Amino acid sequence: MRRRGWFLGSAAVLVSVVVFVVPFAFIVLQAVKDPRGAAELDFSWPDQFRFVENLVEVVTARDYMLVIAFINSTILTVGSVTVLVILAAMVAFVLQRRRTRWTGLVNFLVLAGLIIPPAVVPTIWVLQGVGLFRTMAGLILVEVAFGLSFSILLFRNFLATVPRELDESAVIDGAGPLRVFFQVIFPLLRSVAVTVIVVQSVVIFNDFVNPLYFLPGEQNATVQLTLYNFSSQYATQYNLLFMDILLITVPPLLMFLVANRRIVAGLTAGAVKG
Amino acid sequence: MTRSPYPHWFYLPAAVVYGTLFLVPTFASFYFALTRWTLFDQEFIGVENFVTFFGEPALVQGLTNTLIYAVVTSGLKVVLGLPIAILLTSNIIARGFLRSAVFFPVLVSTIGVGLTFTILMHPSNGLINDALAALGVQGPAWLTDPSYALLSVALVDVWKGVGLATVIYIAGLVSIPREYLEAARVDGAGRWATFRHILLPLSMPATTTVIILSLIGGLRSFDLIWAMTRGGPGFTSDVIASVIYKQYQAGFYGLSTAGNVVLFVLVTAIVLPLSRWLGRKEVEL
Repeated sequence: MRRRGWFLGSAAVLVSVVVFVVPFAFIVLQAVKDPRGAAELDFSWPDQFRFVENLVEVVTARDYMLVIAFINSTILTVGSVTVLVILAAMVAFVLQRRRTRWTGLVNFLVLAGLIIPPAVVPTIWVLQGVGLFRTMAGLILVEVAFGLSFSILLFRNFLATVPRELDESAVIDGAGPLRVFFQVIFPLLRSVAVTVIVVQSVVIFNDFVNPLYFLPGEQNATVQLTLYNFSSQYATQYNLLFMDILLITVPPLLMFLVANRRIVAGLTAGAVKG
Repeated sequence: MTRSPYPHWFYLPAAVVYGTLFLVPTFASFYFALTRWTLFDQEFIGVENFVTFFGEPALVQGLTNTLIYAVVTSGLKVVLGLPIAILLTSNIIARGFLRSAVFFPVLVSTIGVGLTFTILMHPSNGLINDALAALGVQGPAWLTDPSYALLSVALVDVWKGVGLATVIYIAGLVSIPREYLEAARVDGAGRWATFRHILLPLSMPATTTVIILSLIGGLRSFDLIWAMTRGGPGFTSDVIASVIYKQYQAGFYGLSTAGNVVLFVLVTAIVLPLSRWLGRKEVEL
């Protein structure tokens, strides 16, 4: 039994290294090569290491485009996730605690939000109507609208484990709805809130489609769009393209190292219940 | 009766955002799909956009490609995800490393993955074909051969997404009571019998989730295809979502929105009955 596990394990490690590790190693190797070496597209040890030079070149390219893009992506991610957590938790709280004629409709809309593909041009039309097209605020609200369903489900499932007696005793102490929610309940949601934050941060940071449609323009580009634009610009400078890919992989990698369990818990809980 | 501590207005902020930016556009799409539309003015033309959509071979191919792509990716995620999950819940070495290796691609930028694999799949210099050549196999021109392009992108989609299927299966497998497996062992069930009669049926809820999630994702898929082939060569790897984008770029907003409506109908017509059917199968078990 032990020997068998050892054998299977080694085979699995070998296969996973070839299938999953080699592509990432390839990214790193390409990113530190000189242009000529990178152009050969080989999986080989670099002739010379140009990590710093390539890094500086990518960061300074087109007037620090990448720095601006990282700032844009950070604003987008932090802004959307903050709004998302508060709005989703409020909905989930009432949805889980109180059964009224609205409950069925809200549940239906939550599921609809998970399934229905957003209608692109009509969304642009609405954004133009309210004066938010091509604005960061508009894109943040779009991300919130599209991310609400998943976040509400996670919060609602968790709220079922938070005892009602807590709200009731707070009400007896004379707290209004806002105080009950923000001072008594919300702090107890910390663990699921962290899950929502990590999962949605990764999703929104990696989002390509919504910035592409709703926030066009060079100065507004997020990192995913910059990467996409670089891909045509650097068609002959693979070392710089891969340095860019490497840089964009760093934030998810950090999330993964810090909060892998949370991410997996969030994705599986939301998924199995959804 | 005092006022409820769970006031309805807690729904309001979310409802405003969701209503304006999701519900209104969804309903509006059914009207704008019937117009010739430039955002500034619109002309009602009935079902002409849909006639164009289903009359143009390139657009019809987008529709069939969407179906092929969704079925292939979700099928492969089930077929690969369950065995990998069984392997990763068994008693093997390096389990933590293996789980991380399989799952990490889920978190990485789709565009980054797409661009990397575009280069790995380069027909003459790419690492994949170099490796195949070393084994004496002549690899195909993955992304530039019209008959392989869509499937090549689908394979990369599976590479990136199989980790999610795996963790869903792992969550399902660890919830199976150990007594069942021990009872099966006492009764002399072999590995295959255990898999066939215990693991497979009891991981049905996980299978449902994996299928539904990957179908929804696969039918809407855009980023990876756009990063790797932009629908090419020709229109051979176009899907509805890339058609929507191309028509939008060309200024045919009505036609683009008609594509959205087609996608809406396709997703609901497939996902709703399927999830009901799979849900019933679960109950029968």
